[in-house]
Amino acid sequence: MKNIYLFILLFSWSVQSQQLTGQIKIKENATELPIEGVNLIWLNTSMGTITDQSGNFKLPMSPNSNKLVISYLGFKTDTLVISSPKRLIHTLLPDADDALDEITLTERRKAIQKSYLEAQNIIRVSSEELLKAACCNLSESFETNPSIDVNFADALTGTKQIKMLGLSSPYLLISEENIPMVRGASQIYGLTFTPGTWIQSIQITKGAGSVVNGFESIAGQINTEIQKPSQDAPIYINAYTSVNGRQEFNAHFNTKWNDKWSAGSYVHVNQRTQKFDKNADSFLDVPISKQINVLNRWQYTDGTKGWVGFASLRFLDDKKQTGSMNFDPEIHRDTTTFWGSEIETQRVDASLKIGYVFPDTPYQSFGFQSAYSNHDQDSYFGLRRYDIEHKSFFTNLLFNSIISNTKNKFKTGINFSFDEYNERVDLVDYQRRDEVIGAFFEYSYDSLEKLNITAGIRLDSHNRLGTFVTPRVHLRYNPWERSVLRASVGSGRKVANIFAENQKLFGTNRLIQLVENGGSVYGLRPEKAWNYGLSFRQGFTLFQKQGDITVDFYRTQFEDQVVVDWEQASHIRFYNLEGSSYANSFQLELDYVPFRNTALRLAYKNYQVKTTYGTQTLQKPLQPEERFFANFEYKFENEEKGSQWKADMTYHFVGEQRLPSNSRDGAGYSSERYGLLSMQITRVFSKQFEVYLGGENLGNYKQLNPIVGAEDPFGSTFDTSLVYAPIFGKMFYAGLRFKLNNIKK
Amino acid sequence: MKKIIILLIALLPVIGFAQKAKKDIQKTSFEVNGVCGMCKARIEKQAFTIKGVKSATWDIPSHQFSIIYDASKTSLLNIHEEIASVGHDTPLATAPDEVYNSLHMCCMYERESKE
Repeated sequence: MKNIYLFILLFSWSVQSQQLTGQIKIKENATELPIEGVNLIWLNTSMGTITDQSGNFKLPMSPNSNKLVISYLGFKTDTLVISSPKRLIHTLLPDADDALDEITLTERRKAIQKSYLEAQNIIRVSSEELLKAACCNLSESFETNPSIDVNFADALTGTKQIKMLGLSSPYLLISEENIPMVRGASQIYGLTFTPGTWIQSIQITKGAGSVVNGFESIAGQINTEIQKPSQDAPIYINAYTSVNGRQEFNAHFNTKWNDKWSAGSYVHVNQRTQKFDKNADSFLDVPISKQINVLNRWQYTDGTKGWVGFASLRFLDDKKQTGSMNFDPEIHRDTTTFWGSEIETQRVDASLKIGYVFPDTPYQSFGFQSAYSNHDQDSYFGLRRYDIEHKSFFTNLLFNSIISNTKNKFKTGINFSFDEYNERVDLVDYQRRDEVIGAFFEYSYDSLEKLNITAGIRLDSHNRLGTFVTPRVHLRYNPWERSVLRASVGSGRKVANIFAENQKLFGTNRLIQLVENGGSVYGLRPEKAWNYGLSFRQGFTLFQKQGDITVDFYRTQFEDQVVVDWEQASHIRFYNLEGSSYANSFQLELDYVPFRNTALRLAYKNYQVKTTYGTQTLQKPLQPEERFFANFEYKFENEEKGSQWKADMTYHFVGEQRLPSNSRDGAGYSSERYGLLSMQITRVFSKQFEVYLGGENLGNYKQLNPIVGAEDPFGSTFDTSLVYAPIFGKMFYAGLRFKLNNIKK
Repeated sequence: MKKIIILLIALLPVIGFAQKAKKDIQKTSFEVNGVCGMCKARIEKQAFTIKGVKSATWDIPSHQFSIIYDASKTSLLNIHEEIASVGHDTPLATAPDEVYNSLHMCCMYERESKE
């Protein structure tokens, strides 16, 4: 027995002595460098090693092979014959095959990306897509996106409202870099407070979405990523002007202080000074306005240690004036000579975000976010008055990690927020403070092939909603090649800020009727809904071109809702749902590349959004049942120095919309169906400079008498809320973009 | 306040669990031969069957395989061998011919180190 040990000892000693040592270098640009991580292996054996930080290695000689294979990515693999142990110094040469200069991939990245791999139905919109329509702010960024409908708001503010799955923006969670943003007081105008050029990308989630950002999302989530000082161009300038008297100006200045710190300043100014009354109803067709919006951001990134941080400070001042052409606020305010309205908003936002990724285990990370905002709106509408001040604080702490391996990931964390509201509605004051503390846990499973599951749950304790659980589950399955089946279910709740969400009521002389029932907010119970979704997508190749077809069906079922009842011409009534309320949305979408350099997108949408108003269940007013969307883009071949022509065309068809009974249309009236065509042509001169020219509503479709009772604006029938089509008609605009990529030192 | 404490306590096991998982974690990358998305799924799935493997990603264009594993539970050589066992050659391990030959048509990469 002892002999065997001795033998093993001797044998291993002899093997030890048969050691090959050496150093491996690589040759790059005529210099030789010792390199870590080079693979060395005896041919046809499993005996091998990897070089250390200084390129050195030790490898026992193999009894079975004398051929040593030395390989390193991007370099030629060499096989050397080694007959005796010695010190080996070897240099690897670059592998010419790895430099694929001649092959140019012609597949282009789509401006709108729909993932085949995620459990949630997320549509990513890049800044390239945002350039397709010369959108001036976030509310106009969805014109070329079929998942979101842009509606015409009241004649009063000219602000476009968005809808998803047939539900308006209060039922969406709209966040900026994952901090809830457009909510409370900013619900109606908030989307116009983010200038288009500040937007880096937008992520749209259909259905309940993740639990991480809160319980408030019911129909979906929209998250906007703002430009990052470290990535944005050092200088960026954009100017825009349109024939309906709107001018916009944007300037970005980004500075890199050192490899860790960078800072950016973004300035946006817009104004509309010209007064128009093309339909001769003595009212402005579009409000005159002025906005100054300034954002300052600091970014800290330390890639090796894994830290990243952002601090942002933002200030906004927005003024709008509308009403009669002859209205002068200095003279006619609070009188019945002329009807006029002014809306003035001042807002301050401050936020701090800190993230840490464990350098050795990048699947583990911490995130901390904190944000404060103060939103102050003072407004009057004829003799009506609406003021709102909303102070909001939000903070959360998030931890990401894995269970066993990265097939099983989780996110968990806690959040706290409060909202303080001070409102004046005509002569009544409302004050409220909402506080909520919550914790969430979200697990995601990835089978790496066909299946993904994301299951999240959150527990919140709210001073008005009570303590409740919000579950949400998303599932993705690939039944066969290039297909995705998605299913989702989840609940959401919210406090209805009835006045802030329905500000267009102040542009009417309707009487406000609050049917209180002892609930915790304005005497009404909060809203609660379940959302169920099913989506199927199939990719295909037709005439050697790629395309895909998507069918979506989503249903939102309200368990409780604050019903906004416009059905009586002289009243607006708020009461809790008694009966049923649901929104069914069906969408059929086709994306196809008919020819090279083109992209075509077609979508048909059907909405059944029904609510019980008193005794009858009706389609929501101003909600078309049918919509059709088409977008076609064409990019001409690249010319010298990157100059190029780009053209984009969008068509929206809007079906009949039910209008509540009123003195203009009578009872049971539905608007006529209509289509809107817009086009834009962009001339790219170089990477630095481009010019664009476009037209909206080229078919010149107009609603001729948008204001009900315009001849008697202080009478009981006056109503500016029943607008179902554009007021202005066709409109042309032009703009330029200038980008300076490198500043010469 | 009481609620905050309850929530924190509820979260503790999760954080504690995550802390415990951090043991002799190694991060490395090497080349694995392959072609397409099918190869990617096969390579990564196989890697995740190895005890101690935390994260595994195979990059299709560069063929670079990045792995994070617990060295107290498995060895780098073992990972090489496991991946080769489903048909993908690595610098330290060669796939058995019969396994390589049974790969899907699309996955038939060119075997470099084979003579």
